[in-house]
Amino acid sequence: MSNELNNPFAATDQERQAREKEKFIKLSTQLITWLLVIPVVAIIVFLVYKSWPALSVEFITENPKVRMTAGGIWAPLIGTFFLVLVSLIIAAPIGILAGVYLNEFARDNWLTRFINLAVVNLAGVPSIVHGLFGLGAFVYFLGMDRCLLAASCTVAVMTLPVIITSTKEALASVPMAFRVACWNMGATKWQTIRTIVLPNSISGILTGVILQVARAAGETAPILFTGAMISSRVADSGWDAWVPYGLEDRFMALSYHLYIISTQWQNVPESFKFGTAAVMIGLVIAVNSISIGFRIYLRSRKKW
Amino acid sequence: MSTDSKNMNTTTENGLPTILPDLSAHQTEGDVDRLRLIENGQVIPAVIHEDINDEDIILEINKLNLWYGNAQALYDITFEVPRGKVTSLIGPSGCGKSTMLRCVNRINDLIDSVRIEGDMIIDGDSIFAPGVDVIELRKRMGMVFQKPNPFPMSIYENVVYPLRIDGVRDRAELDEVCERSLRGAALWDEVKDRLRESGLSLSGGQQQRLCIARAIASDPEMLLLDEPCSALDPVATAKIEELIQNLSGDYSILIVTHNMQQASRLSDYTAFMYLGNLIEFGPTYKIFSKPETKETEDYVTGRFG
Repeated sequence: MSNELNNPFAATDQERQAREKEKFIKLSTQLITWLLVIPVVAIIVFLVYKSWPALSVEFITENPKVRMTAGGIWAPLIGTFFLVLVSLIIAAPIGILAGVYLNEFARDNWLTRFINLAVVNLAGVPSIVHGLFGLGAFVYFLGMDRCLLAASCTVAVMTLPVIITSTKEALASVPMAFRVACWNMGATKWQTIRTIVLPNSISGILTGVILQVARAAGETAPILFTGAMISSRVADSGWDAWVPYGLEDRFMALSYHLYIISTQWQNVPESFKFGTAAVMIGLVIAVNSISIGFRIYLRSRKKW
Repeated sequence: MSTDSKNMNTTTENGLPTILPDLSAHQTEGDVDRLRLIENGQVIPAVIHEDINDEDIILEINKLNLWYGNAQALYDITFEVPRGKVTSLIGPSGCGKSTMLRCVNRINDLIDSVRIEGDMIIDGDSIFAPGVDVIELRKRMGMVFQKPNPFPMSIYENVVYPLRIDGVRDRAELDEVCERSLRGAALWDEVKDRLRESGLSLSGGQQQRLCIARAIASDPEMLLLDEPCSALDPVATAKIEELIQNLSGDYSILIVTHNMQQASRLSDYTAFMYLGNLIEFGPTYKIFSKPETKETEDYVTGRFG
């Protein structure tokens, strides 16, 4: 009591209660956040443990053999690589140009708002619907048939909204003062974009594009009807092993391969299924790490 | 006590009731409150000192009205900016000084809702005429803002940027312009050994002088300065002020400032604005020592604003 009298800053009961409440809220939010790490770690540990017997260099470099009960995953791996590559070649320029238009040129009118709404909604379309859209639009209507190109187009449509959105965000992060300074010197909007805005946002744009690699590599539904095939004869060595599929060929892909060997095929060793999944997850982590590295580099360089 | 003003009989032209028989006679009447009339939406003819008639004019502002959407921001602004001198725009916040400045290089065009009536004539050419290319117009003006905004590139590239967008590639020409502009902006001695370093590595005052160097690189006719010192410390401010005085003569300078000491130190002419109206325009020493309107006197002596 005397102590409290001596201390003019002693906490009142109300303040003590508020402090207790704060402690409780902090601990519970902290606990829940930490819990988030558990699934990620569990999945990775479980996958590595289960796939350990199969994981080897040969598992990656050899084609599936003996009705997929031996060999490796080279054919679907290289198929996924080309799927991602072709879809990005299609989606990145379109998405970046659209993002530049929407952020730098478009006036705020009903048409712009409608386009933005369309982009947001496109991002929310389930991937199986993208797959059916690709089947109708590219395979049948445009007559591409089921092939790498049709599947890449479908995946490109799916990844477009995120590329557009991340491009817009990267451009918007360039301070307006730079643009105004350029315009005041008599630069056209395009000169401003080319000399000031793009050089200062290119890392952010690339980060957005790279993140889409992971998504394009992982999706099964969009390629299910548009070009993926169960098994394809791929050369074991030489040029044909590196470029086994043309744009008009059907192809194998990791995600579809995993689906097939897990549900449709008999006698595939369990470690092969987990091995395929582990390689996919490994790819995603690797690609995301590159993109995180980009982001760190970008932040370290930014001085405004 | 010269109370003559060439704008004195424009009241009826403005379509206003002629309840203001002779505003400049406030010293005798004493209780015509222009500020309250302006607040009530009246357009008050400005008091223009005759001294401007003896000057060589670079920019004529003629009955300029400006609206942001439905809100009018400038009312019938009419005055002339002398060539090779420093003209400052003063007035309380929101009086339209910066808006006025941004009309000169038509940077307001970038705001969709802006509508402008009236005209500005630079060297005999209308700024708002249909055939005017804003890109060409802006190349004849150099503008410097409140906050220094050098580009995130080297000091050298910052200065020669206006030439770069014109497609100049000749190294010797670029080098020459870079040195001349940096010398002009009194920055050369401080940065000549580190032209390759980022413009953002400079101090605030140096960055602002870099921006001035960039603004004069394309050899403009006018320099528009929008509170160029308000983000700087007193030492950097003194350097910029000295620079502005050195630049006058070669350039016609229009400067917006909140700092009345700065306006009185720097400028040859001063325009006092209030709520989008020009109240008084004349030689700086007259505006600050013997203004013709009571409102200007109240403002420059710190009694309001």
